[in-house]
Amino acid sequence: MKINTLSQLSKLREDGAAVCQLRESGIGGGSTAEILVGMATCGVAAGGKQTFAALERALRNRGLSHVRLVKVGCIGSCYCEPTIQVNIPGQEPVFYGNVDEDAAIAIVDSHLLKGNVLESNRLQIGYEKAGLNSKGQKKQQRIALRNCGSVDPENIMDYIAFRGYEALGKVLAEGNPEAVVNSIKASGLRGRGGGGFSTGSKWQATAQQPTGEKYIICNADEGDPGAFMDRSILEGDPHSVLEALAIGGYATGANKGIIYIRAEYPLAIERLKIAIVQAEELGLLGKNILGSGFDFTVELRLGAGAFVCGEETALIHSVEGGRGEPTKKPPFPSISGYLKKPTTVNNVETLANIPPIILNGAGWFSGIGTEKSKGTKVFALVGKINNVGLVEVPMGTTLREIVYEIGGGIRNDRDFRAVQTGGPSGGVITKADLDTPIDYESLKEIGSMMGSGGMIVMDDSDCMVNIAKFYLGFTRDESCGKCTPCRIGTKRMHEILERITNGEGVPEDLVKLERLGNTIKISALCGLGQTAPNPVLSTLKYFQDEYKAHVIDHKCSTGSCKGLLRYRISEEACTGCRACVKVCPVNCIHLANKPAYRIDSAVCTRCGACLAACKFDAVIVE
Amino acid sequence: METTKSTAMDFSKETLKALDDYIESLDDKQGLLIHILHKAQELFGYLPQDLQLYIARKLDIPAAKVFGVVSFYSFFAQEKRGKHNVSICMGTACFVQGAERVYDALRSALGVEAGGTSEDGLFTLNAVRCIGACGLAPVALIDDKVFGHLSEEKIKDIIKEYREGMQDEDQYAESAV
Repeated sequence: MKINTLSQLSKLREDGAAVCQLRESGIGGGSTAEILVGMATCGVAAGGKQTFAALERALRNRGLSHVRLVKVGCIGSCYCEPTIQVNIPGQEPVFYGNVDEDAAIAIVDSHLLKGNVLESNRLQIGYEKAGLNSKGQKKQQRIALRNCGSVDPENIMDYIAFRGYEALGKVLAEGNPEAVVNSIKASGLRGRGGGGFSTGSKWQATAQQPTGEKYIICNADEGDPGAFMDRSILEGDPHSVLEALAIGGYATGANKGIIYIRAEYPLAIERLKIAIVQAEELGLLGKNILGSGFDFTVELRLGAGAFVCGEETALIHSVEGGRGEPTKKPPFPSISGYLKKPTTVNNVETLANIPPIILNGAGWFSGIGTEKSKGTKVFALVGKINNVGLVEVPMGTTLREIVYEIGGGIRNDRDFRAVQTGGPSGGVITKADLDTPIDYESLKEIGSMMGSGGMIVMDDSDCMVNIAKFYLGFTRDESCGKCTPCRIGTKRMHEILERITNGEGVPEDLVKLERLGNTIKISALCGLGQTAPNPVLSTLKYFQDEYKAHVIDHKCSTGSCKGLLRYRISEEACTGCRACVKVCPVNCIHLANKPAYRIDSAVCTRCGACLAACKFDAVIVE
Repeated sequence: METTKSTAMDFSKETLKALDDYIESLDDKQGLLIHILHKAQELFGYLPQDLQLYIARKLDIPAAKVFGVVSFYSFFAQEKRGKHNVSICMGTACFVQGAERVYDALRSALGVEAGGTSEDGLFTLNAVRCIGACGLAPVALIDDKVFGHLSEEKIKDIIKEYREGMQDEDQYAESAV
């Protein structure tokens, strides 16, 4: 079947209206109950497949085979996966978390058979979809994630029921590419991959190039460790990205879209492939889309594990099949990109915002957020936080709201230490800035950056020097080696940090770190190198005391830096049983003050074997 | 464990044909070099230099270009890998939840550093960046299976189980998919 006109598309949407209503509100939602099971990577890893199978069995055994089981993407509540949603016509949809096989059976027995919600697993959903009629009562407003967890990503009809491809139909019917560019520009949408450049301006730059071969590329090379919003969108709502690419292609004059996706995301790749085939079958991709005369195809290109490929010039070289090394800008890809043709590169989350902007208008979008940062941002809230997961909040939300209200506070009631945003390119936000409204500018001001949206929460047991070393280790490994400041500079910085965490640091190291960091920032070729020193510079600024403790007193208050630990034996507690002597791999425990033994610190490797062996708590770690 | 360097001639004709057919089916052969290498690694398990040379000749491009691409991306392996791929996630979320300790335990349990293959040829250890299962941190992957909420003891037990489960199986089979 091909859809040739806008009215055919509308007809399909109306056919699916019941499904949509059932999932959104439960009111007027047809006659068939259904259970949605979260089956994104994290849901599957947590046992989603077993839950799905248990539900299938339980429904069959209880004569409830008519209840539809639907695989959906992720609702973002990673801390209580697997999650399911039970939709019974005429009733409010109910979400459940931690649904293992037993809970799945209990839910079928209690909720579907007897009509009693199983309160023990009930999940309160903290978001609402940011539509025109949204009341804004909840902290979380979903635009980019609007369909994640609501539609079956492998069924295009679900997407169409949720107004899918309507925005594409609208721009094709209006037939004014320039107006599309202007509308995106007016909406204030900025790149969600890190840079924060105006999406509309990017589109305009490509659109202004002479007509001819042009490309639009979706950057799905999400490499920032601790960020997974792009994966979630691709796995939960792949059509939204395809639709946005087609809209962008139409606006900029490109007939070909390419999705560059990292090979580490097999499920996202599979779902994208299915989505492309389905869209082609319906004629929503391909030749003469909806009778408009506009042709557009989408192709997948796989990455192969290189963080630098997130940088747009490096990405383009990788798409061309070569080494993903960045090149100097200008020329910008908008003028000379893939195969030296004008190319627009947009991030997944950025693209997911496009269809709602077209449908609801630029004014609606620019009404959300702060003065210079419009709309919402998805953050991957991870680390020492109770409610690990994906959150989408309007720009300008404070960190305190995100950590304490949405995230449920710090795990085990420990003290908040810092949040790292911007991943290996960003910096830390400390307690003092908990009330800063988060947007592109404010984060930059406090020495961090938006980045792709990873938000790693750390408590008082995390050593900031060690964290900085972790990030430098990452950028050192991922530096492509093309420019000297990044290749050698990050290695040297990492070496200094290695020394400091091994207890061999000297005060002068801190001066060196700062000087070297600032030099790399201004001299590296691409974004990776220019931002690589940020985690060190930012922690140096906010946690200088901690660095000093490492290099002057040679102490790590959190005990994270093994090299700074000192093992000693308490003379009072030691019974002289020799249990520690027997396990010490380097024979550094000797009889000192009979019967007590002593550890020779100069030889000790801090392996901890004696600590584990001692039955009298005589081994003390400082 | 097999240590002799294999040559392209060692590869079975069928597998080579599968690679040839794949390359033939592509329009933009040179632009899709990375895809071809993915396919080759899927078929052969790794990308030895002879295979790289074979692909270069097939595409009529310098072997140096193929080697340049293979060595640039961490996904491509030039050494034969163990029967099971053990990948410990070293993403930030896992790191702050103690992935380093789990990694240390893995290294000592397998007796290798990242990138190495254990002496019995059963496991290849990799440290990978975020696999996006942060809610289960710290996590490790053994082949496609995700193990979450790991501790030093737990990972040692898992490795032990794999080792014991393998005793009856044939020693090392090519991990062609």
